[in-house]
Amino acid sequence: MALTGIEIFKLLPKTNCGQCGVPTCLAFAMSLAAGKAELSKCPIVSEEAKAKLTEASAPPILPVTIGVGEKAVKIGGETVMFRHEKRFENAPAIALLIDDQMPDAEVDARLNRFKTLEYERVGLKLRGNMLALRSGSNDAAKFVSFINKVKSSTDSPFILISRSADVLTAGVKACAERKPLIFAATKDTVDQIGALAKETGCPVGAKAANPEEMAALTEKLAAMGIKNIVMDAGARTVKQAFQDQVIIRSAALNKKYRPLGYPTIVQPREMTTDPMKEALIAAMFIAKYAGIIVLSDFRGESLFPLLVARLNIYTDPQRPLATTQGIYEINNPNENSPFMITSNFSLTYFIVSGEIENSKVPSWLYVKDTEGLSVMTSWAAGKFSADILGPAIKKSGIENKIKHRKLIIPGYIAAESGALEEELPGWQIQVGPRDASNLPAYLKNWKA
Amino acid sequence: MAFEIPKTAYSGKIREIKLGKGDKAVTVGGETAYPFYLFEGQMPNLPRIAMEVYDMPPEEWPAAALEPFAGVTGDPVAWAQKCIKDYGAEMICLQLLSTDPNGKNRPAAEAAQVAKKVADAIDVPLIVWGTANHEKDTEVLRAVAELCQDKSLILGPVEEADHKKIGAAAIAYKHTVAASSPIDINLAKQLNILLGNLGVPDNMLVMDPTVSSIGYGIEYCYSVMERVRMAALTQQDTKLQFPIICNLAKETWKSKEAKIAEKDDPKMGDARKRGILLEAMSAMVVLMAGADVLIMRHPEAIKLVKEMIADLTAK
Repeated sequence: MALTGIEIFKLLPKTNCGQCGVPTCLAFAMSLAAGKAELSKCPIVSEEAKAKLTEASAPPILPVTIGVGEKAVKIGGETVMFRHEKRFENAPAIALLIDDQMPDAEVDARLNRFKTLEYERVGLKLRGNMLALRSGSNDAAKFVSFINKVKSSTDSPFILISRSADVLTAGVKACAERKPLIFAATKDTVDQIGALAKETGCPVGAKAANPEEMAALTEKLAAMGIKNIVMDAGARTVKQAFQDQVIIRSAALNKKYRPLGYPTIVQPREMTTDPMKEALIAAMFIAKYAGIIVLSDFRGESLFPLLVARLNIYTDPQRPLATTQGIYEINNPNENSPFMITSNFSLTYFIVSGEIENSKVPSWLYVKDTEGLSVMTSWAAGKFSADILGPAIKKSGIENKIKHRKLIIPGYIAAESGALEEELPGWQIQVGPRDASNLPAYLKNWKA
Repeated sequence: MAFEIPKTAYSGKIREIKLGKGDKAVTVGGETAYPFYLFEGQMPNLPRIAMEVYDMPPEEWPAAALEPFAGVTGDPVAWAQKCIKDYGAEMICLQLLSTDPNGKNRPAAEAAQVAKKVADAIDVPLIVWGTANHEKDTEVLRAVAELCQDKSLILGPVEEADHKKIGAAAIAYKHTVAASSPIDINLAKQLNILLGNLGVPDNMLVMDPTVSSIGYGIEYCYSVMERVRMAALTQQDTKLQFPIICNLAKETWKSKEAKIAEKDDPKMGDARKRGILLEAMSAMVVLMAGADVLIMRHPEAIKLVKEMIADLTAK
């Protein structure tokens, strides 16, 4: 676990030579502790100190990458139990299960859903990330031809699932260049699967009956020199699976217990047969610590809420999501439609645009870049005042889109209306409601 | 290195609060650990779900939300009875939407009559919720408190701006207060202190940190609730050791994502299931953060969430 600056300082040469780019060893130690510098910048540090520091600075939950290229999935690397303490780093990957025993038409339909179920929100593309390819047939040749078929249709990362080490070996060899997650090594197959992982450089899933047996298993893998491990701690009741997630995260972070310092994989479909409940279990694991969530199927009605929940929970609490500045057309507005302005805090945007949509009144909404601050906060910070809004509106191009010259401002900045009229000659400033929930009533009564 | 299950060092406990009266009264709170961390502490009372009833026929609800209540949405008494009889509701929340000054603006006295009728017709605990308009809620909830005296209601939202008058009425007529603050741990604590100073007994208070749904800032209430629980359980902050109530359903079902038809956006899938899941998943997320009372709408969403609560606390 991370050392303090002083602890690091003790291991440094204390020559204050400045070759690392910082004047003193103490300052360099502080930069290292803050993660702002690399130890390699110091040319004279001893090998012994290097080994100690590298060991100590390894993250308590190792990051693991699965797959290659742009779609590679990175999980793990978490540093806190609660998102408000810093942030959750790497959102859980959501995987779609496909079995080599499914009819071709079903396989194709699943591949199609995997590709097409993609949603755009705050400029981000939300989608499932991985394909979990399972050999229900337990037939190596069949698994290989299934993998080859899937491989030709997508470059997303794979999880290869089989109970048989031989079938897994054949499967991995068929797509080793894609760096799939090999699932799984158990206490019985750890030698063979570990060797396979070592040989192919693929990450490996470890499956055990409980966290304690898991620790024994990962220690064996670690002894073989394998670090890219994803853990399935075995429980298939909601209660135990939930508690294991907490216990594993806490052991890794609070006890610095290295054998459990890897990301996890969860299988909600093995805890229920009801797809609706499966979605709820998955939502629970988004909040509580999963690294990969394998789903029995992708359906818009459950995948979309899950993806948005994941986006929400993994939003950095210190950096609010922002919407792009610009004029938004809602309900097909025309030149006589009302024109409103609001801030670009994404939550403000969602609520305001949602209420305008609810009103069914065709409208123009100008979202002003306020660095992700809300209306009140940005106004208080001097970023949503007349001298800024006036010129922004003139530049926005709205004057070519509407015939009238009426601007509706949020009720909370009513005090700006006088100054805005000065900034925008010929415009009439109208004070809208304070709360977006009153917008539909306001807009329904609005006249050009 | 031997493995030992790590445990959080807790020093506090959430207060146990009895809601309602008689045989059907429920007790919430009493946790000695984070939500469902049963390897660390106890959760003697399971989270409870109150079903929503509106005092006027809902407008602009999607079909999926209306369908379970077909035939009763014009009559809050029948609606509440249906929730209890057909859907097994353990609590009812009467949402006094008709009193909204920006809407129907029904007078306080009339609203109080409706609340009385519902309270008289049911034996499960009754939550009565206003419109978060300070002036109007003051009138309405005071009238409700008086007319329904000795019904042991839960009155909300009681906010800083209206806590004195509504709080005083709650004290006088022995109702529980739902102290509502805008997604901020410090304001939540301050309001609890103010209500305590006013004379609201510690066993007559639940907290509403203000909740929203998935896609509409649920991460903010999630983290505020987690911080509240952390302060209450590990930092002995006695002014935050109250059960948390989440008025969730109306936030979920008003979103466009809960309403849009599958034919208008096929990628969003089945509209009915999506609405149910948005509500149930939002509930799941706030349960993970410490919710004790959930105000919910769709019977299927409620059933799913109850199953999850049962599973997470299975013996």
